[in-house]
Amino acid sequence: MTAVEDRAEDRAEIGRARRRKEDRHLLTGATTWTDNLTLPGMLHLAILRSPMAHARIRSIDVAPARHRPGVVAAFSGRDFADSQGTIPCAWPVTPDMVNPGHPSLAVEQVNHVGEAVAVVAARDKASAQDALEAIEVEYEPLPVVLDMPTALAEGSDKVHPHTESNRSFVWTFESGAAGTGEPISDALASAEVTVRRRFIQQRLIPSFMEPRSTVVQPTGDGFTMWSATQIPHILRTMLALTLDVPEHKVRVVAPDVGGGFGGKLQVTPEEVITALVARRLGKPAKYTETRSESLLSAHHGRDQIQDITVTARRDGTVTGLDVHLLADMGAYLRLVSPGVPILGAFMFNAIYKFPAYRFVCEGVFTNKTPTDAYRGAGRPEATFAVERIMDELAHELGTDPLELRRKNWIRHEEFPFTTVAGLTYDSGNYEAATERALELIGWDELKREQAERRERHDPVQLGLGISTFTEMCGLAPSRVLGSLDYAAGGWENAGIRVLATGKVEVVTGASAHGQGHETAWSQIVADQLGVPFEDVEVIHGDTQSSPKGLDTYGSRSLTVGGIAVVKAAEKVVAKARRIAAHLLEASEDDLDFAGGKFTVRGVPGGGKTIQEVAFAAFTAHDLPDGIEPSLDADATFDPENFSFPHGTHLCAIEVDTETGFAKIRKYICVDDIGQVINPLIVEGQVHGGLAQGIAQALYEEAVYDSDGNLTTGTFVDYLVPSASDLPSFVTDRTTSPSTTNPLGVKGVGEAGTIASTPAVVNAVVDALRPFGVDDVQMPCTPERIWRAIAQGAEKSDRAAEGTVAYGGASTSTADGSDGDQL
Amino acid sequence: MIPASFDYVRPATAAEAVQALAQAGEDAKVLAGGQSLLPILRLRLAYPSTLVDLGRIDELTGVSDDGDAIVIGAMTTHDAVLHDPLVAEHAPLLAQATRTVADRQVRHLGTFGGSLAHADPAGDLPAVALALDAELRVLGESGQRSVPAREFFLDYLTTALGPAEILTSIRIPKLGAGWFCHYEKFNRVAQAWSIVGVAAVVRRSDGRIDEARIGLTNMGSTPLRARAVEQALAGAEVSVAAVTEACARAAEATTPPSDLSARADYREHLAAVLSRRAVLAAAGI
Repeated sequence: MTAVEDRAEDRAEIGRARRRKEDRHLLTGATTWTDNLTLPGMLHLAILRSPMAHARIRSIDVAPARHRPGVVAAFSGRDFADSQGTIPCAWPVTPDMVNPGHPSLAVEQVNHVGEAVAVVAARDKASAQDALEAIEVEYEPLPVVLDMPTALAEGSDKVHPHTESNRSFVWTFESGAAGTGEPISDALASAEVTVRRRFIQQRLIPSFMEPRSTVVQPTGDGFTMWSATQIPHILRTMLALTLDVPEHKVRVVAPDVGGGFGGKLQVTPEEVITALVARRLGKPAKYTETRSESLLSAHHGRDQIQDITVTARRDGTVTGLDVHLLADMGAYLRLVSPGVPILGAFMFNAIYKFPAYRFVCEGVFTNKTPTDAYRGAGRPEATFAVERIMDELAHELGTDPLELRRKNWIRHEEFPFTTVAGLTYDSGNYEAATERALELIGWDELKREQAERRERHDPVQLGLGISTFTEMCGLAPSRVLGSLDYAAGGWENAGIRVLATGKVEVVTGASAHGQGHETAWSQIVADQLGVPFEDVEVIHGDTQSSPKGLDTYGSRSLTVGGIAVVKAAEKVVAKARRIAAHLLEASEDDLDFAGGKFTVRGVPGGGKTIQEVAFAAFTAHDLPDGIEPSLDADATFDPENFSFPHGTHLCAIEVDTETGFAKIRKYICVDDIGQVINPLIVEGQVHGGLAQGIAQALYEEAVYDSDGNLTTGTFVDYLVPSASDLPSFVTDRTTSPSTTNPLGVKGVGEAGTIASTPAVVNAVVDALRPFGVDDVQMPCTPERIWRAIAQGAEKSDRAAEGTVAYGGASTSTADGSDGDQL
Repeated sequence: MIPASFDYVRPATAAEAVQALAQAGEDAKVLAGGQSLLPILRLRLAYPSTLVDLGRIDELTGVSDDGDAIVIGAMTTHDAVLHDPLVAEHAPLLAQATRTVADRQVRHLGTFGGSLAHADPAGDLPAVALALDAELRVLGESGQRSVPAREFFLDYLTTALGPAEILTSIRIPKLGAGWFCHYEKFNRVAQAWSIVGVAAVVRRSDGRIDEARIGLTNMGSTPLRARAVEQALAGAEVSVAAVTEACARAAEATTPPSDLSARADYREHLAAVLSRRAVLAAAGI
């Protein structure tokens, strides 16, 4: 190794646990949230929301609100009926998918509690809020449709009168027909063992920290929108189409955005309403939701009924997986509502070598808040179902759940591996991650303690849960999205500008809202160009300054956006090399580039730094012929494949059988996310992800009463855990570099959420096996656990009477009774 | 989250506060720490005409020694209660229960008197006041009166306070030698309200429980005393078996709610389990 390379090695930024450069600004209150923005003459909006889940609007009179102090205007849906268009759905998953249309302000009918029916614009927010009370609405109640099986039953009341039924779509994949495996019918017919379960994915609320906020400034024949959004670029295009404003007349800015978790991956009715009012009045307008409005009307997540059948031979070899989902769309289809469960279609088979596989998903309308992306989007649901059913199969076979997994998973030497769902997994080593996790948690010791507690009938029982997961990250190869009928591509764009002084600006289309892009991108560029980390500035979140992009969701930023940065940097270096060769009077081929400096091979000393080359490009006094005076470069990267992180998560949980309270004692995760840019950021993503996945297992649930009111409408009832409710996580990593991108990175934003939920529920069920319990519905509340123990099986409904809940634990084996099938 | 408009008064003395309430009439509300009232106002679930803010009345804060009792000003914050040496010495049960109230931010603003006057049956401190046989001092237009805790809580969010009365202080008899106590709270996440809570105060000597006072949180529309358990414990042996048997009666004469957090039968079960745990912990078993 030469001395130059040594120095370069010392300075390597990739892999350094740097503190995030954005945190000083974010943590000291120096942020610019959308709600902090005040424009001259700006009006403040308040929105009147439906108290009814399903009703015709017999009459609505906004006139009295107009006479309230401070009020400038008030509108109902009728005032915008011709101009508001419909909230777009970009993912028509089947050609015959029923999309009933989604007005931003209800016109004829309301279809869920919290739907916007009128808006007041006033000189201050308090006046707008007060004036809502003057609006008179007469509702004619309609029968409320809440439960999915009931909604699909023959003759059911319909959410939308002009549709034939409450079914939006049926999406099917079958390995025999697709040519990716054997026919599922053969597997079902010839099964030695069959295990069936119905699992409920409860409805969740993304609960991002910053409530949504939008400011719109009319600009001649267009407008500028600031919004708390994950997707400024997609939002711009969609607003242009929805409101019939030419795209080049629309600018969208996502300033500091306080979290999203998929909840801000949306074109919201509130954004459209704010634009409509601002343009109608010719004045800037702001709408900021309250936390209550956010929980009620920002889109929800999950909400599936999963009927899962696994078939196997007596020796434990799995032979087939049959999945039938009901996915609750809520009252309307939003941006990617139908696509969320479909993303799971490729993940139910997970890390296992199922020879046959079928996936059927029905999208169902109900009188509830629409569902859409929530951290993991389709993949947590899939991972939960397969990891739970593997435990049930192990129990049925009387074998160890870990052994069953080992017997059926893809071995490390089998990568790349094309699955029964048709995806090709790039790399992985399930054996290594699992061994490391077992070692870290002290598995054998815990097993012994569990046996002892069972032996002495200790009131506190110990449960051990496993989740060996994989997921698809880096949404997405554009042609794959095309084959799934998604309306956009999956590429990402980056630009690099090298300034006269050698400082660097990186423009990215990945719109950060808490992830740490500014730090990670700076680390990548520092290594690529050999410039100091501090010399890099990252620009994002404004369609004017970062004009091309497809934004941040689906663990895509690094694996797609980060690679675009690398590609742009390669172009910068190539341009610089030509200028450096000219300045050094050498052939390009004889130049080495390391540590930010071009040197002539075999010639000691001398050379030109990238900063010197940048200055030469800036002055343009002495450039080779035909070279433009700039090092700047753009790149757009479209991945050829997804990347497939994986990991083994182990959970040890103590269940107090007297009260039903479950407390996690130890949580270990060993994730394999390929190469790591910044281990500190990765750690943060994993911790937060685990908290949200554990929250689904133990705490969070959006509950509606029989009238369709959200009864968990505040954080008193919708239980988001805090640090005091969670254990100290033990994390580690194995590294199987991705083979689908030059950095070898995979993606980590959703891993913790996807993996942890089944680890926790498997642990709870494991603790309760001696009581004859084989399932506990999520969230595994103390009351549900207590009732499960009391009844020997989970048959408890939601704690409160009159709420909509699914009672259906259903089991059948080859020699047992049939379960409830849809 | 903007409340409807209201008039606002911030008196400097307790007497002025009473006067302000009397003048403002029935739709006035007292603002103490605001931790329950402000959310209600912001959600527009209440429309008071006037708020009488007790926040600047010095005479309503602090803890003092009153011979055989300590006296806690109604506007003393949870955090101040938690760190007060007199409370720690003479009413450790109150300190222990206060530590479980909501979160740090709420404890710095919320007040002991406010949580008693609000009388939410899911609140922890009313049951503690019952178990400690606290005496509540009330100031009205006709002067000062005292109300024993057992007569103070009338119904859900309803107390013996008249419309122009304020709670000024709480007198808590000192627990002498031989008394032991424990608060057992059951909730799902750290900052949540109690699903059920049990405040146990026991006096023991020579391997026997001489006297027990058991307060129950969230087992009815008001905080309750578990009289059946208290009777069964009086004179009982200090043993797991005896305590378990006595505490099995914890739900007798209670009417626990069925709500989103728990159904009534589960609360009844919890009351027995938590009473047993509270008494055993208090008795040092």
